[in-house]
Amino acid sequence: MTTLESTPPVTRPSRGKAARDRSSAIWLHVALIPLALLFLAPLWMMLVFATHPETAIFSPNPPLWFGGAFKENFDGLQADTNFIRALGNSTVISVAYTLLSMLLTSLAGFAFAKYNFPGRNILFGLILATLTIPTFVTIIPQFILVARDLKMSNTFQAVILPTLANTIGIFYMRQAFQTVPDDLLAAARIDGASEGRIFWQIALPVVRPALAALAILLFLASWNDYLWPLIVLTQKDSYTMPVALGTLVGLTRVSWGGIMVGTAIATVPFLALFLALQRHFVAGIAGGAVKD
Amino acid sequence: MTTVPTPAPPTRRRRRVPLAPYLFILPYLLIFATFWAWPIVSSFLMSFKDSRLGAAAGYGLSNWQRLIGDEFFRTALKNTLVILVIQVPLMLTLATTLAVALNSRLLRARGLFRFAFFAPLVVGTVAYSAVFRLLFNGEFGIVNRALSGLGLPQVDWLNQPVPAMAVIILAMTWRWTGYNAIILLAGLQGIPEDVYEAAAIDGATPWQQFWKMTLPLLRPTLLFCVVLSVIGTLQLFTEPALITNSGPGNATMTLGTYLYQQGFRSFNFGYASAIAYAVAALAAIFSFAQLRLFGRDS
Repeated sequence: MTTLESTPPVTRPSRGKAARDRSSAIWLHVALIPLALLFLAPLWMMLVFATHPETAIFSPNPPLWFGGAFKENFDGLQADTNFIRALGNSTVISVAYTLLSMLLTSLAGFAFAKYNFPGRNILFGLILATLTIPTFVTIIPQFILVARDLKMSNTFQAVILPTLANTIGIFYMRQAFQTVPDDLLAAARIDGASEGRIFWQIALPVVRPALAALAILLFLASWNDYLWPLIVLTQKDSYTMPVALGTLVGLTRVSWGGIMVGTAIATVPFLALFLALQRHFVAGIAGGAVKD
Repeated sequence: MTTVPTPAPPTRRRRRVPLAPYLFILPYLLIFATFWAWPIVSSFLMSFKDSRLGAAAGYGLSNWQRLIGDEFFRTALKNTLVILVIQVPLMLTLATTLAVALNSRLLRARGLFRFAFFAPLVVGTVAYSAVFRLLFNGEFGIVNRALSGLGLPQVDWLNQPVPAMAVIILAMTWRWTGYNAIILLAGLQGIPEDVYEAAAIDGATPWQQFWKMTLPLLRPTLLFCVVLSVIGTLQLFTEPALITNSGPGNATMTLGTYLYQQGFRSFNFGYASAIAYAVAALAAIFSFAQLRLFGRDS
């Protein structure tokens, strides 16, 4: 809730305050505009470089506006990494992860928010306590479990399963379900609805906005995840998009035009989505505070 | 409420332990136990096993002894702490300032400004690492071009220890400032407006309002940001791996890249687990200290 139009009507608006406000406003913009441009500059350069051949990127006067080499750069990228395949892998993995994670965390979040059962506090405390444990602690046993014991290297399951243990998602969904009125659930119960139906048809639709914000964050986290896929995916055909791009970035001899095309393709859809859904996105991050 | 004409005996009728919540939690719990809880325990046990000796190795302190004398570990630890001490305060000061600015009713085109500062958030770490590597390239990077355009000397950013560290810090600040600003913005919007109106009537200047009211009221949110940033920085991996390749030399090697190298390059799982638990211990110590220092009432 922002307060744009609420000005206190009681106090007499003094001339001095209005003038002071105007000069503060000017200073605010003078400070903020260059900073904003600085924050946008790397993105701008990424888009511009994606459309120029390498010679232009390396030239004494680097381009600041779009060129015509997008197709050429993309073809080079595709030849180096099978980028289309990697994009397909990333899409399947991110969609599956997002849907599964939404289901698991909302089921559990609902139980923690709306039921009183023996062991609830202990379980929730246990899950929350693991939040402060760095993910690094689990990564080696996870790798041994997935790659050696379950023999799942280079599969989609290998990427998805361990990341489904999303603690912050539970915390977020629990908070969302706490806003659902108990009376609503009690009424459904009187009408003879089963607990499963109450969750699916009554409670879940109520928290749809929260769920949408969570979906964006989960998808983004999965789409951009690098370290875990890098560890469990060892064959080129199973690479996700960040892993495929990572193989290029690490080399000394790299095709920068191609890399910039890849990074732009990985980023631009989300910039657009972000611009469109900014409100929900900001609310979602502020509410859930999901960091990858 | 159901209307029961005669008071039924409290037990036996509906007071059974409900099954539904357990069923709801079960799928998550299975994943949690398999891929989180067990690995946490397993990793701890593994840190006492010399994995170079194979499955037959018994438990002992060899990894931990090695860790104490390991100069690479010390370098990684030092580098991580340097980044932590410089980057986290820099970023959070900037984020707090931005949050206050973005919350100001004097600001026009708020949506555009928010987009500018929050956009780095949606860029993947690999993508932005690539962009920063290109921008800070010593020969043809646009940053050096801009420097010489201004008549300043060029810097061989990625091949000198201190500039390489500066690039890592700049890159992290670019990417995570907006994220923290969002959380702080939400915290600011939770502060009731009439607190400020009362202060303004009492003659408090905006400066006084910021230090005496905004900052104290924002403390729980700030604490949350600090704890998350510290834990995030302790596990820093992608930026040094992809922007500087831990170099030059080991000048930007972090605990994260060292762990990766030991675990997934040398496949020395026991030693890597010891590094992981050292990181966890540091995270716990920092979190505890921060809660004691700043979290008195939260």
